[in-house]
Amino acid sequence: MVISVASGKGGTGKTTVAVNLALSLDNVQLLDCDVEEPNSHIFIKPVFKSKSKVFIPIPVVDKTKCDGCGRCQEVCIYNAVAIAGKKVLIFPELCHGCGSCTYFCPHDAIKEENEEIGVVEAGEKSSIQFIHGKLNIGKMMAPPVIRAVKKHINKKKTVIIDAPPGTSCPVITAIKGTDFVILVTEPTPFGLNDLMLAVEVVRKLKIPFGVIVNRSDLGNKKTDDYCAREHISILMKIPFSKKIAGIYSRGDSIVEAMPEYREKFRELFEKIKQNKDESSAK
Amino acid sequence: MKQIVIISGKGGTGKTVIAGAFAALARDKVMADCDVDAADLHLLLGSTIKKTYVFKSGFTAFTHRDRCEGCGVCRTACRFEAVRENFSIDPISCEGCAFCSFICPRQAIEMKANISGKWFISETRFGPLVHARLGIAEENSGKLVALVRQKAEEIAAEKNCRWIIIDGSPGIGCPVIASITGTDCAVIVIEPTLSGLHDARRVIDVAGHFNVPVRVIINKYDLNCDMTEKIEHWFKDKNIKILGKVGFSKAVVRSVVEGKTIIEYSENKVTRTLRSIWRLIEEEL
Repeated sequence: MVISVASGKGGTGKTTVAVNLALSLDNVQLLDCDVEEPNSHIFIKPVFKSKSKVFIPIPVVDKTKCDGCGRCQEVCIYNAVAIAGKKVLIFPELCHGCGSCTYFCPHDAIKEENEEIGVVEAGEKSSIQFIHGKLNIGKMMAPPVIRAVKKHINKKKTVIIDAPPGTSCPVITAIKGTDFVILVTEPTPFGLNDLMLAVEVVRKLKIPFGVIVNRSDLGNKKTDDYCAREHISILMKIPFSKKIAGIYSRGDSIVEAMPEYREKFRELFEKIKQNKDESSAK
Repeated sequence: MKQIVIISGKGGTGKTVIAGAFAALARDKVMADCDVDAADLHLLLGSTIKKTYVFKSGFTAFTHRDRCEGCGVCRTACRFEAVRENFSIDPISCEGCAFCSFICPRQAIEMKANISGKWFISETRFGPLVHARLGIAEENSGKLVALVRQKAEEIAAEKNCRWIIIDGSPGIGCPVIASITGTDCAVIVIEPTLSGLHDARRVIDVAGHFNVPVRVIINKYDLNCDMTEKIEHWFKDKNIKILGKVGFSKAVVRSVVEGKTIIEYSENKVTRTLRSIWRLIEEEL
């Protein structure tokens, strides 16, 4: 089973949930797909054994073959190729790497060169296989790095994906194709507003999901009311505690510092299995 | 006119609370919420939408089944795995590149313009706010951010405003880059955690990459004073100015619940620190 941990709002506790769930189960793969700001490794402290670069193809023009016909410009919907006089200009930051210009060039004058946009590192920590991606500084496009991380998914294990915040392409790329989404929220107006957006996303993707309310005693009751009204199951509540905040700040895990939480995260996993079966039975 | 953007790398460190405080403290200002994925600033400022606009951006492929012969050229061409086995299009995977529509020998694939979201000009207790809502599961958030900023700049120019206060999004990718380029200062809100420092360092490198000057606020500093000290040393070594340290206070959560900025909500050590931080920004920019 592949479980992704997401949220509309940042900083609600995605990484805390993903890491502690992973540490509470056996035969687990933890994939940190928040490639803009990956943090899970801080808590898992894995030994990395391999590192691979992630590239996107960028068109390069062979000036000796190009006659400036402009076909490449016509077929580039992103305006990443422009003709100035008889010269072709390429704007790599606008390129999505679709390959259209290369294919349609009648003079075979465009070839693709790889541009590095990030890295994927894989390693281990006790029974956890750990993989994360890192977007290089100044690069725009996280999805190709996320896809590269997800290539490592091994369905024979319980796979946990730590997703990025938000509701747009990086999140979609991370949670797409997973079997269950945990949405982590906090019971404040910000948390609720962003939870409602995240719920729309997972409903659009038709993935079964449930909610974890973190810092559940700081805020108001409206998140509970919303979940009841929408028939969304609240899988777990984690109250605010300065102890947990301290554990987190030092890069330690809750289940190691407070072993009673291990059982809670195992219960969470059982609830998720149940929830997933019920929604697929529907 | 000066543009200040509030970012953090890591989410949930207090960007919007601090942006709200600046909105309450600055004179002659326009606010821009550039977290178009999950905009929240309007919830603090008491906003009333004055104008709503549709944001159109990009395309999605659509296969006309009556014209499709099932040759499969589109499926081979597509690099985004957006053409299904039956040659219909998975709109969520489609990047709108149109390669399929160009290559289809039967012209069976049409590119349809996306409605990718909405953007708004609102009036708030503290002046105009430009904000947006990206359509669910849509892309091009960078373009929508650029649009929000452009409108805020127009309003600021028209009203002869002194400040544009920009609430940014978490991360370091396309919306963040679109939020910070060309601003006068990026205020990095960092919390005293290993993750907070790790993420702030990355976003500071991004700001450096685009030549945006950086200043730092340590938020909730007293949740881990040792870490705060480490962070202070780190920034001192790097010659990055720390504007101030804001303490943890449940009053902040209560102010958010009441839909008020912390400045309006109560007078306490948090607001005193934020006032002095804002004075520093006014003096330095």
